[in-house]
Amino acid sequence: MDQLINDFSLGLFFWQLVIFIGLIFLIAKFAWKPILSSLDAREQGIVEALAAAENAKLEMSNLEASNQAAAQEARLQRDEMIKEAREIKEKMIADAAGQAQEKADKIIASAQEAIESEKKAALADIKSQVAELSLNIAEKLTRKELSEKDAQLALIDKMLAEANI
Amino acid sequence: MYRAYLKTAFFALVFFAFAKANGQNEHEKQFTEGEKIVFDEVDEGEYGEGDAVNTKAEVDNFISHHLKDSHYFTLFEKAEDHFFVSLPLPVIIWDNGLRVFMSSVFHHGEEIAEIDGNYYQLHHSKIYKVNGPKDFIASDVHHPDNIKPFDISITKNVATSILVGLIIFLIFGGLAKQYKKRAIPKGFGRVLEPLVIYVRDEIAKPNVGEKKYRKFMGFLLTVFFFIWIANLLGLTPLGTNLTGNIAVTVCLALLTYIITTFSANKDYWKHIFWMPGVHPIMKIFFIPIELLGTLTKPFALLVRLYANITAGHVVLFTLLGAITVAKTDLNIGTGASIGYGVFYFILALFITLIELLVAFLQAYIFTLLSALFIGMAVAEHDHPEHEGAEEDDIDEVRERFV
Repeated sequence: MDQLINDFSLGLFFWQLVIFIGLIFLIAKFAWKPILSSLDAREQGIVEALAAAENAKLEMSNLEASNQAAAQEARLQRDEMIKEAREIKEKMIADAAGQAQEKADKIIASAQEAIESEKKAALADIKSQVAELSLNIAEKLTRKELSEKDAQLALIDKMLAEANI
Repeated sequence: MYRAYLKTAFFALVFFAFAKANGQNEHEKQFTEGEKIVFDEVDEGEYGEGDAVNTKAEVDNFISHHLKDSHYFTLFEKAEDHFFVSLPLPVIIWDNGLRVFMSSVFHHGEEIAEIDGNYYQLHHSKIYKVNGPKDFIASDVHHPDNIKPFDISITKNVATSILVGLIIFLIFGGLAKQYKKRAIPKGFGRVLEPLVIYVRDEIAKPNVGEKKYRKFMGFLLTVFFFIWIANLLGLTPLGTNLTGNIAVTVCLALLTYIITTFSANKDYWKHIFWMPGVHPIMKIFFIPIELLGTLTKPFALLVRLYANITAGHVVLFTLLGAITVAKTDLNIGTGASIGYGVFYFILALFITLIELLVAFLQAYIFTLLSALFIGMAVAEHDHPEHEGAEEDDIDEVRERFV
């Protein structure tokens, strides 16, 4: 201990104090401060970059989800459209069939009407001709006066044949 | 960064050239008459008997000399032949006025220097005032009664301290400059950056606290790298012993104490002067104990660093000295002494590797405990038992490392 105290050099202590405190202030200003602040800046940057990457990932997954939702919606819409189109087609077919039926019915009805009226006209014509014929026949018959039965019948036949209906 | 390497290499080269030139000067001066030895012979190692550090007493002497501060930056010496390869350093003393001169005037303690009419002798690495040019203090007197002028010389340790400061400033200034150009440093900066992050994340943040650590980073980083580099320099052939000097460790620990004391908050003082949770009578007993505790903490710091580094240097030099002692002091044959030499060399190599680890470990422990003390001083105490938990932490850390 005595030796230790004897060896203690105040001069060295003084210089060490001056050099070391000087070194602390110098190096703190010119080295530690810029080094630590750039380390901090870099670490901050890394943290921010990681957060940004995480955000981007989240956004990406969000985007994917929304994409999927959009695709799903589109699919639904497509199905809806196909269904609608099918319905429209069926309706159109049904409508067309109905209309055709109606038209055909109408045509048939008008045809029947025409036939009926033609028939009626023909019948009327026939009636009038038959009446006329009958009158003629009756006239001739009456003219001949039932002279000969066979001849009368032949005559009727002949007249009927003549009466070209 | 390469420019920094080049600069360092350049300074080293200048230093060596200067040291060598000086060595030659001394050599020429000392040996103009009498026995002549050629400078190169020293390199070849052709020493006569008793020239080098060969005996046990000489090894002891060499070690105690190494542990002390010096007014020369000596690389090689052969005191018996008055041969030194060393760099003289400026001497600054206060003796009724400031006197500044180079230590070369002492000729390694062999001559008395006359400065402005006063006579000074370098005696066992200390400067004493003597009465005349022939009034030598006998070399076996270790505590002479002569006046010791107040010595604030740039000694070997001061020069080493400046060198360590320069190294730190150059390498970390270079690292700081790199960040201006790029976000991630390259080259040597890639080695330095993790060390800075290590001190910040493993020492400062967990011990001082996430919110308050930034203010103390300047001290913690500087003290960590200063101690580490000083320890490592002590393992190089430069032969410095900065952190093994009590004045240096006292200075470092004193700064920790000052920072701890001046950044302490109300809670810290409350725990010292009026310990919560104990009986009022006990509180009074706790005051001196706690006050003493604030002093023992930095005291443990300074003694731990000093003792570890000194012990490392003593062990290393002892093992190396044992190689030559085995040859000269023990009466054994050449083969056996070679065996001893190899054995001690391997042991010394092993200890050197351990010392490399210790160099880092002591820097780490000093910084860690400083951070811990600062953390205790600035911590916000929500519960009284919180303090107890931290004390446990210190004990644990101490047990682990000491």
